[in-house]
Amino acid sequence: MQLHKTFIPVLLACSSLSGVANGQDSLPDDYCRWEVVDYAIGEPLCGLAGNTQRGREIVSDSSRGNCLACHQLPIPGVEAYGTIGPPLAGIAARLSVPQIRLRVVDTRNINPMSIMPGFYRDPRLINRPDKKYRGRTFLTAQQVEDVIAYLATLK
Amino acid sequence: MIHFNKTSLLFCGLLLAIPAAAAVAGEAKSGYEYIRPESRAMQDDDFENPGLLTVEQGQHLFNNKQSDASKACAECHGKDGTGLNTENIARYPVYSENAAEIVTLQKQISRCRVDNTAGKTLPTDHPDLVALETFVRNRAIGEAVNVQTDGPMTELLQKGENLYRTRYGLIDMACYHCHDLYPGQMIRGQKISQGQGNGFPAYRLDSGEITNLHQRIQQCLTLMRAEPFAADSEDIKLLGLYVMSRSNGLTIETPAVRY
Repeated sequence: MQLHKTFIPVLLACSSLSGVANGQDSLPDDYCRWEVVDYAIGEPLCGLAGNTQRGREIVSDSSRGNCLACHQLPIPGVEAYGTIGPPLAGIAARLSVPQIRLRVVDTRNINPMSIMPGFYRDPRLINRPDKKYRGRTFLTAQQVEDVIAYLATLK
Repeated sequence: MIHFNKTSLLFCGLLLAIPAAAAVAGEAKSGYEYIRPESRAMQDDDFENPGLLTVEQGQHLFNNKQSDASKACAECHGKDGTGLNTENIARYPVYSENAAEIVTLQKQISRCRVDNTAGKTLPTDHPDLVALETFVRNRAIGEAVNVQTDGPMTELLQKGENLYRTRYGLIDMACYHCHDLYPGQMIRGQKISQGQGNGFPAYRLDSGEITNLHQRIQQCLTLMRAEPFAADSEDIKLLGLYVMSRSNGLTIETPAVRY
């Protein structure tokens, strides 16, 4: 919990310094807190178990994970993928599941300048979200765990 | 309640310093360089480029007295805008000392309509104003963008750059991330451009509509799942000014074809 506790106030302070408004002052009730230990999140979000098949659908779906917008993934039949992030084939051979979890949840704990959205980033840290997205995370905790379960198969 | 201490201030300073250090002053490249060959061919062909329809609409509005007006734009600026100074067009947006504000080309056209032709005030980005903006900008096609960057602009451009480097919306990216760090990379099937303004107003293949620079920025913010800056807001003017200043030296392509 140590890193988490210190990191959020600092980021909040930064957004305030640059004169931006935060999305919401308090955390939504259903937001599960997570803990960074050794640059990884060991515990599944809200203690949920992920589903590999659902995760595979979410990564390709442009209205949900949309991972293919930036990453190449070993999914046959996909014509257009992005080249912004690294290809994810073999990601589970390079990173542990807890390390993958931190990168999906909020990779800016590792690289504050990363272009990658935090899919379960603290909604209070989001600047100027549109009304319909206020207080929300990019994906739900269940969807994040599904994506992680799928990525864990890419060895 | 947030307490600032020296450590967090230093940390924030470092965070802000990283992009400045990482930004390599690369050569400005028009969005034309990043679109597909078939889209370039479409832009280059006056019969294929759908943006030319808007130019013609603007031309009609320019040459003919509108029902609410006392005269036509052409009465002062020449039929088809032959009296317009294309070097001046390439300077927009400009800073007005009198009004102490940034004035876009569309705003100047709108004011000229109201002040000199007694036309009624149209809301910002009214289709007639976008058509006139497109027509007038098209008169200066081939002219190099030449936005003022000194004097009163210095501070405004710094504010615009700060907005450019701020993250927005649930997608949580700054303009800087895509358009400075990743031009040339693919986002799904499209190449990311430098986000230059020289082609605008442009015909967007994605929406099938003519779109000026402020509208394009608003659409990008919506895509970021952010609340877009309102038309005519100080923020959209500052960001639009900064983006256009980055295009200094690139030639005007209006109406460009863009994704």
